[in-house]
Amino acid sequence: MKLNRENKLLIGLCTAAVILIAKLFSIQILDDKYKMSADNNTMVYATIYPTRGIINDRNGNILVGNKVAYDLMVTPKEVEPFDTLALCEVLDITPEFVREKMDEFYRNRRRIGYQSVVMIKQIPPETYMKFAEVAYKFPGFRGQARSIREYPFNAGGNLLGYVSEVNAKYIENHPGEYKSGDYAGMTGIEAARETELRGEKGYNIWLRNSRNKIESRYRDGELDKEAVPGDDIMTTIDAELQRYGQMLMANKVGSLVAIEPSTGEILTLVSSPGIDVDQLANIGQHYKDISTDPYKPMFNRAVQASYPPGSVFKLVNGLIGLQEEVFSPNTLYPCNMGYHFGRNKLGCHAHKSPLNFEESIMMSCNAYYCYVLRSLLENPKYASIDEAMDKWNEYVKSFGFGQKLGSDFPSELGGNIPDSKYYNRVYRKGGWKATTVISLSIGQGEIGCTPLHLANLCATIANRGFYYTPHIIKDSENVTIDPKYKEKNYTMVDTTHFHKVIGGMYKAVNSGYGSGGTASVAAVEGLDICGKTGTAQNPHGNDHSVFICFAPRDNPKIAVAAYVENGGFGATWAAPIASLLTEKYLNGEISKDRKSLEDRMLKGNLMDRVKVK
Amino acid sequence: MRSAGGYRNRGIAKTIDWSLVFCWLILILIGWANIYASVHSSEPASIFDFASRSGKQFVWMATALGIALFILFVVPPRIYEGASVPIYAFVLFLLVAVIFLGIEVKGSRSWFEFGPVRFQPAEISKISTSLMLATVMSQLGYKIGRLKDFIITALIILVPMLIIVGQSETGSALVYVGFIFMLYREGLTGWLIFMVGMAILLFILTLTASPFVAILVLAGVASLCICLYSGRFRWWLILCVPAIILMAFVPNILEALTPVPIEGELPAEEIVEASLISKIKPLYVLLGFIGLSIPFAAFHAFRERNRFTQLAIVSAIAGIALVFSVDFLFNEVLQDHQRKRIEVLLGMKEDPSGVGYNVNQSMIAIGSGGFSGKGYLNGTQTTYGFVPEQSTDFIFCTIGEEWGFMGCTIVILLYVFLMWRIIKDAERSREAFTRIYGYCVACCIFMHLFINIGMTIGLMPVIGIPLPFISYGGSSLWGFTALLFIFIALDRNEKKYF
Repeated sequence: MKLNRENKLLIGLCTAAVILIAKLFSIQILDDKYKMSADNNTMVYATIYPTRGIINDRNGNILVGNKVAYDLMVTPKEVEPFDTLALCEVLDITPEFVREKMDEFYRNRRRIGYQSVVMIKQIPPETYMKFAEVAYKFPGFRGQARSIREYPFNAGGNLLGYVSEVNAKYIENHPGEYKSGDYAGMTGIEAARETELRGEKGYNIWLRNSRNKIESRYRDGELDKEAVPGDDIMTTIDAELQRYGQMLMANKVGSLVAIEPSTGEILTLVSSPGIDVDQLANIGQHYKDISTDPYKPMFNRAVQASYPPGSVFKLVNGLIGLQEEVFSPNTLYPCNMGYHFGRNKLGCHAHKSPLNFEESIMMSCNAYYCYVLRSLLENPKYASIDEAMDKWNEYVKSFGFGQKLGSDFPSELGGNIPDSKYYNRVYRKGGWKATTVISLSIGQGEIGCTPLHLANLCATIANRGFYYTPHIIKDSENVTIDPKYKEKNYTMVDTTHFHKVIGGMYKAVNSGYGSGGTASVAAVEGLDICGKTGTAQNPHGNDHSVFICFAPRDNPKIAVAAYVENGGFGATWAAPIASLLTEKYLNGEISKDRKSLEDRMLKGNLMDRVKVK
Repeated sequence: MRSAGGYRNRGIAKTIDWSLVFCWLILILIGWANIYASVHSSEPASIFDFASRSGKQFVWMATALGIALFILFVVPPRIYEGASVPIYAFVLFLLVAVIFLGIEVKGSRSWFEFGPVRFQPAEISKISTSLMLATVMSQLGYKIGRLKDFIITALIILVPMLIIVGQSETGSALVYVGFIFMLYREGLTGWLIFMVGMAILLFILTLTASPFVAILVLAGVASLCICLYSGRFRWWLILCVPAIILMAFVPNILEALTPVPIEGELPAEEIVEASLISKIKPLYVLLGFIGLSIPFAAFHAFRERNRFTQLAIVSAIAGIALVFSVDFLFNEVLQDHQRKRIEVLLGMKEDPSGVGYNVNQSMIAIGSGGFSGKGYLNGTQTTYGFVPEQSTDFIFCTIGEEWGFMGCTIVILLYVFLMWRIIKDAERSREAFTRIYGYCVACCIFMHLFINIGMTIGLMPVIGIPLPFISYGGSSLWGFTALLFIFIALDRNEKKYF
């Protein structure tokens, strides 16, 4: 062949063709990368949602279960003209809604293709059954079963928390864990125990064919993953007691906490007003109402609100005084309608004088504790009042005050217990003395604590000197709790000092009307309830009614703290409520002679006393 | 002379190159089937559904057949030579007019719209330019080596080309570069193709490597050419190769000389000295050497009256100028999207979801076809609309995905056969007009084929021009059909009379 220009060009032509074919050979036959990319484009991951773990109460009653609801799915490509009104009738929706949705699907038809999209979420089975009967009339519509939360007991709405579809922000904060369409616990136990409850999603991998229809399992399901159901959770809550507590606290603002002293397990934790479980089940509809309610039902007062403890705190000061030996149980202090210092006076109510330690608890004498606190702060053992103050602070903190107790609530408030640094900042160093801070003696002033702190104090006294960190989750088959919940936390006060306090608390309840005991209303025959009232001064309105009690006196089974905002005297609302709860727990029912008291408590409405912002 | 009557008896069966006609027919049928496949998934309908592209393409095919028959049996082939000047002028007028009267499609004004029909004058401009070239270059006494003839030829190509660039249809304009192969066949020096190739190489080297590398390569190639031409290959080996290798190490040497400034250890004067060395750029060293050697080479060239060496030196200087203007050309002359496409092609920027998206998805589609493809209408890439312009510029994806390596090779071989056959027919013809026109046809088809397929498999930047006969579109199908059938008619005419 002559190498003339014609042939050179023909050779060039063939070379160009060879270049193209060689490149094709390389990407079509040698390189696997492109085949895999194309596979990825055609694979469809069909998520299998796990059933969420069940939340039980301490007795195995289901607090939160699962039930089936149906999502109405539409495959727009398969929809044929249908009777809109008939569909609306069975599904109880408006024709406008249908039209709007179908328009939306039409607008997004390219993106949707042959896929199915959700038209209505969570149709209850009864409604769905009506649809299922006539489903043949509506090609392209079908139901997809999905498990949603169910609440057999109206108890513990705030504790349980709600589950809702994750939003973009939530997905972002939990990288790689959630996809849109997933549900997650947002508050309460559902949020705190999300990792155990949610289980693991599974998936089936399907292949789409060229017409975007699901054709076959990818590799016969070899790479599919089964869904792993979530672990069940057992709570320490007693569902019956919780419900009863909620009933007692209805139409009052405040908290009611009950702890089993021998374990630290929380039996009941009511924050009122709270969230009804009916609202939880359909949080989407109620969210706006709940979040705009001026009484803030989402706010868990029992662990998040800071209150002055009031007279209940005298128990702590008394115990510290005994441990520091600044007085003895037999010490008598006078009370002349209060404690007089200089030209000032910290008032008290009328009762016998002088009186000893037990009587001071029984009658809740203010002056007695002014003497005690003053002796503590002016104790010659300590070089300065600063040192004495810090010692006092250390003692109080050993009862769990002034810090987060470390419960398993996602948000718990630490409260406040002042120390010398604090007063030095406020009054400058040396600018304050015992009488400046005298209101600390009766649980007023710069002290802030949560109702959970008070319940824990009660449990500590019931245990004669130690507490278990309060918690709400129990050990169960798949869930083990932190070992810290099984460790005793000892206070700095010796066990031997507690019987005197308990004696006073016993007398406060069981001395009978007319004896001067402040909590006679809480007495229940045979239960040996020991209690202490408190009336926390409230500069914004009526005083708060406070009461802590435990029972029985020996081997206590329950320790309760009740805090009723604007309830007035401790004995007016808090003491009856706490004692009724105790009675219910120990006896299972309310005795006949206390029925009228129960009735008054259940019907009592203090809502208009509470000022809302 | 033989009597004409005896040859009139040779009927269409013997005079028409049926292999070309069949090749055309097979290609447009392949095109039709694949257009159906590419639009099928989103709106499944009959291939004849006139609302869909496959249905419309059937109409374009039928009309294209009409055009083919009209050209074969109605238009007397003799008229082309005479008519080429007015046709060329008219098409030029249309090309300019469309800029003002046309509608805007994807940023370029190159389409006329008549009711439902859109029509792109650039498509027939290929025909008119080919005819014009054939007419001018087949004149008695035309010599491409003569400057005047060369300039006229170049103008015939460049005028429509530049107008099309003015319509922002750079891709279509690029096709005209292909006429260089025809010019080569007609006697243009091969150095021109070589220089165009060098220019492209320098451009790419400057962008991807550095001006230093580009100039080094240029120096090597230029010196090799000069030495080879004057039969001093040994000189080149002994002198130039070591010099170039030495130059290649200049950056390393400079780096080694630059003391690493360690704070506190060097006195101030030495730091100044060090920074002086670091200011010497390897590029300037290289240019210095070239600057010294060029006068030397030029002196020799003029003394020996060696025209080749003179031109080579001028070209080399032009090459250096090109290297330095690459930045300007690339950043100022090219439009933004063109620049991005080149960057993606050269791997300067990874951009799988932006500009690189089309190419990436197109390569996935073709690559996933494997050896024998996924089967007709079973392409999945096509279905989900990952590849844009699937029925027009990226139609080759559908072929690659559904028919695999086999299908692609067959299609490419069909084109090779078509062009081969055209060249063979052209070479056999006794009239220069037919030969030149034939080469023009082959060049146009070649450029379209190489650029279009090259684009879908990542060999070329994304340049939106159709795959001849296969891509969807009436304008393009009619244009290529007319282009081809005028050649078939010319070819037939020769067989009829000779």
